[in-house]
Amino acid sequence: MEDILKIEHLYKHFGDISVLEDIHFSVKKGETVVLIGPSGCGKSTLLRCINGLEDIQDGRITLEGCAINPVDKKDLKIRQQIGMVFQNYDLFPHKTVLENVMLAPVKVQKRNRSEVEQEAGELLERVGLTSKKDCYPRQLSGGQKQRAAIVRTLILQPKVLLFDEVTAALDPEMVREVLDVMLDLSAQKRTMLIVTHEMAFARAVADRVLFLDEGSIVEDSTPGEFFANPVTERARRFLKTFEFEKQR
Amino acid sequence: MMDASIIRSYLPIFAQAFTLTVIIGWIGIVLSILIGMLSAFVLYFKLPVLATVVRCYVELFRNTPLLVQLFFLYYGLPSAGVRMSAQVCGVVGLGLLGGSYMTETLRSGLETVPLSQKESAYSLGFSKAQLFVDIILPQAVSVSVPAVTANIIFLLKETSVFSAISLMDLMFTAKDLIGLYYNTTESLILLVLFYICMILPVSFVGNWIEKRSRRNIYGD
Amino acid sequence: MGFEVLLKGKNMIRLLMGLGVALKLSILSVVISILAGLVTGMLASFKKSVFYIVFRVHLEIVRIMPQLVLLFIVYFGFSKAAGWNLTAEAAAILVFSFWGTAEMADLVRSALVSIPASQYESSRSLGFNSLQTYLYVILPQVGRRLVPLSINLITRMIKTTSLVMMIGIVEVLKTGQQIIEANRYQSPNAAFGVFAVIFLLYFAACYPVSRLSKYLEKKWEN
Repeated sequence: MEDILKIEHLYKHFGDISVLEDIHFSVKKGETVVLIGPSGCGKSTLLRCINGLEDIQDGRITLEGCAINPVDKKDLKIRQQIGMVFQNYDLFPHKTVLENVMLAPVKVQKRNRSEVEQEAGELLERVGLTSKKDCYPRQLSGGQKQRAAIVRTLILQPKVLLFDEVTAALDPEMVREVLDVMLDLSAQKRTMLIVTHEMAFARAVADRVLFLDEGSIVEDSTPGEFFANPVTERARRFLKTFEFEKQR
Repeated sequence: MMDASIIRSYLPIFAQAFTLTVIIGWIGIVLSILIGMLSAFVLYFKLPVLATVVRCYVELFRNTPLLVQLFFLYYGLPSAGVRMSAQVCGVVGLGLLGGSYMTETLRSGLETVPLSQKESAYSLGFSKAQLFVDIILPQAVSVSVPAVTANIIFLLKETSVFSAISLMDLMFTAKDLIGLYYNTTESLILLVLFYICMILPVSFVGNWIEKRSRRNIYGD
Repeated sequence: MGFEVLLKGKNMIRLLMGLGVALKLSILSVVISILAGLVTGMLASFKKSVFYIVFRVHLEIVRIMPQLVLLFIVYFGFSKAAGWNLTAEAAAILVFSFWGTAEMADLVRSALVSIPASQYESSRSLGFNSLQTYLYVILPQVGRRLVPLSINLITRMIKTTSLVMMIGIVEVLKTGQQIIEANRYQSPNAAFGVFAVIFLLYFAACYPVSRLSKYLEKKWEN
């Protein structure tokens, strides 16, 4: 499989504080890559750079050979090729679920309304939200909102999907329904880049795991390898924080 | 004490003054909303130069009383060659005062739309203009409605100072009749009643809208 | 343009003294409003009490009636109906304090009820008694919300006191008119300069206060 997304020697800093240093990796078509690492290690910033929400100080991000960051700000088409789902769902509160899903394809892509509506219906069905399609976001649970947000991104048929800690704001019993949707997408061979703190999920969904610490990639391996035998001391210490032992 | 026949004979005079006050008041309010929308737009997009002008305007008019503004417009400007009738002065004065309040209200309405909403719209490929029209504006408008109604009530109350520039409004009529015939009680009762007629309906509508919009935000 | 009139003799001083009259009335009314508002606001925070009902009626009256109408009622109406012979100054302070108290009480009450119940509960679970909860937990939080808003009340009061010229108190606008009148033949166009200066004087009085209020509000925003 060919590389679809390439990040080359990326540097990002906020003022004097360096956030990402020489990030260099690529993602193959159909691959699910999970980014893990301690809070503040730069995972979310990396996703935001790939989505063009943050400008970068050095390096290059390309999608199928086209530069996406740095990019000409006016080129909005390229943005739609990369879909991003956020931690706080950020559905538009003044629109119903169906309207949320249809707004971008109709307004931005200028696609045919009834065609979009049919596709939206199918996608909502797939994530189990058919009965909620005329509800407003305030009437939904967190898990339902997040599934709707995923559909809102999917309908634009992006080439790469980015997930930024999409279950972090959810109640525990709702985490599962969202992760199931993502597992389903991974099984469909969508290209995905996921930031998560759910280690069991990371292990199940990932084709590849990238471990970030202090702004750089420390390990790049398969989930089996990474979770069983982390190479670096830093990764070992990080994984240790998810284990509990009874104090004696 | 109170004399019903006096009230009856004063009623038409007050009704006429009421009509004048309401008309000038509401034209001024519409003007203030227009000024407010334009200025809020300028501030929100930080348009160079214009934003500074708007900021100075807002501070000047928010920090001075309408009475002083009207005196300047009606008595001061003619000596600089700008002459307006009392009616026009009332509309312009109320529009400028109200515009400065509306600007603040609408601007903060626009700013309540969180950054994350803009980001998710950007990541869906919205342009700046589409983002503003489809995402920010509708949310900002529904957030601002209660504060805009509060401003409208405030402006309707402010119309009471129109009498200072010899506009024949409710206050002017009351003062005139008290001065002429000493029927203080009757004049004051009519004055209060007509102000209640002018403001209470807006206050009711405002409360109703506020309850509704609160329900929209916090669930049904 | 008429500015020269103000440089003649004691004209500028007279104008400033006129502003002083308005400011003195504002300060007196604000002090009364804040003190009375604190008490009424605290009492009104007990929902379903008789205090709350009285407070609601009071607030509705000042919300609906223009201050100028209230001023007329007290100044012209009371003297006639009740036989009180109020001076214009007393009527002004009475009306502005009546208005200010309601506004202040509303600020106090909403600041008090906006403190979430969990603050009371967690204080109780830490073993504070009611008085201690008020002193150490609630009031410091309420104060931070309240101070900027009460400072803002001062600018509103200053602007409102300009109304007193309508019941014949000689304040800055009236003084301005007198100056223009007295110099009618020498400088027929004095009105522009005089009223422009009064406009700026009011701005100079209110702007710093409203800046202070905004500054404190920002600073104490969580």
